[in-house]
Amino acid sequence: MWEAIEIGLSGLAVGARNLALPNAVMMGVGFLLLYLGIKKGFEPLLLVPIGFGAFLVNLPLSGLMEEGGIFRVLFNTGIANELYPLLIFVGIGAMTDFGPLLENPKILLLGAAGQFGIFLTLALALVFGFSKLEAAAIGIIGACDGPTAIYVTSKYAPHLLAAVSVAAYSYMSLVPIIQPPIIRLLTTREEKVIRMEAIRPTVSKQTKLLFPVIVALIGGLIAPRGIPLIGMICLGNFMKESGVVSRLTKASENEIANIVTLFLGLTIGATMQGETFLRVQTLVIFSLGLLAICIDTAAGIMFGKIMKVLSGGKINPMIGAAGISAFPMSARVVQVQGQRYNPQNYLLMHAMGANTGGQIGSVMAAAVMLSIIEGMGII
Amino acid sequence: MDNVTYGLTMTILGMGGTIVSLWIISLAMNLLKRLFPYVPEKKEKTEEGDVGSH
Repeated sequence: MWEAIEIGLSGLAVGARNLALPNAVMMGVGFLLLYLGIKKGFEPLLLVPIGFGAFLVNLPLSGLMEEGGIFRVLFNTGIANELYPLLIFVGIGAMTDFGPLLENPKILLLGAAGQFGIFLTLALALVFGFSKLEAAAIGIIGACDGPTAIYVTSKYAPHLLAAVSVAAYSYMSLVPIIQPPIIRLLTTREEKVIRMEAIRPTVSKQTKLLFPVIVALIGGLIAPRGIPLIGMICLGNFMKESGVVSRLTKASENEIANIVTLFLGLTIGATMQGETFLRVQTLVIFSLGLLAICIDTAAGIMFGKIMKVLSGGKINPMIGAAGISAFPMSARVVQVQGQRYNPQNYLLMHAMGANTGGQIGSVMAAAVMLSIIEGMGII
Repeated sequence: MDNVTYGLTMTILGMGGTIVSLWIISLAMNLLKRLFPYVPEKKEKTEEGDVGSH
């Protein structure tokens, strides 16, 4: 009898006995993400499921990521085959109003400058000894675009998925902290106070409707490897602008996006297992990712300065910082910085234009990168 | 292909390819705006007596 009780008790203690230090540390990381999401309000829709996923998967003997485990099933369903990021893209397209960008198409070039960090970081990652495809996956953190980062990494460097995706989403949520010092450092007082004229609606409904078709066509012809990414965001936006499939549009931006975000967050968190995540390599990836976003911001501002000169001083270079894909955080950062130096200055809509340009830019940059890699015969 | 060649090629072609692609898209956006110019919606005049005339 006592022997049976002892055996029973040992069964109850088996979890605690198998708790290893790396798992405990990763549970702490999970709690930190939960804290940032809940208390600090940094991207809670992502950080809460990621944090809880990381916590659950690191509980000893959970089996969640083993074959047949619920997280493994979710992973195989949508991460291993890139389904989740692509569905998220349909939602992003359905949510995005490209109106401010269409009002001033030149601003789209800021969205190109805001991707330079991707390629410079890729080159730097090679110096740190990463392979060609790993470097591409690390560079894509600079897109500041979670779904794109997951799409590229799960395809070409799946073993880095946890580090790259957590870095991408963490830095996206930290844009309000990362960007302001760079903006302040790289712009003069004279530039900070430049007022930009208010945007008046001058874009027809037909233009808005045809815009996603044109983007998909041009993007697809130049960089065919990126058609899934470009195509999905354009599909979402086309449905929104058509105005005749409001049920599908609403489902894409609400129900589908919400369900997929939950699954995506949980499975990303589930990849943060102690034994595979806690490595020096992860720290290097995080550092390179941060550098990529800083370079993106700096390049956007520098390009904004060029546009300021070319426009005869009508463009405030600060909006260049919004040429990254972190929407709408980056545009809000620019608005706050603009008002800080000139309370009469309303840069929000211009920055929104640059920010939506950054969304197209990040997808286009990833598509260009994949097509060049394929052209080189690496994939 | 060695890493240096790969890194330089990716940086030059990647940045160049992205900026050229977006420039072409911006040209297409301008073209679209010219082909389909914005026409402000005309406000319908309300004749006096319309409201509550039933």
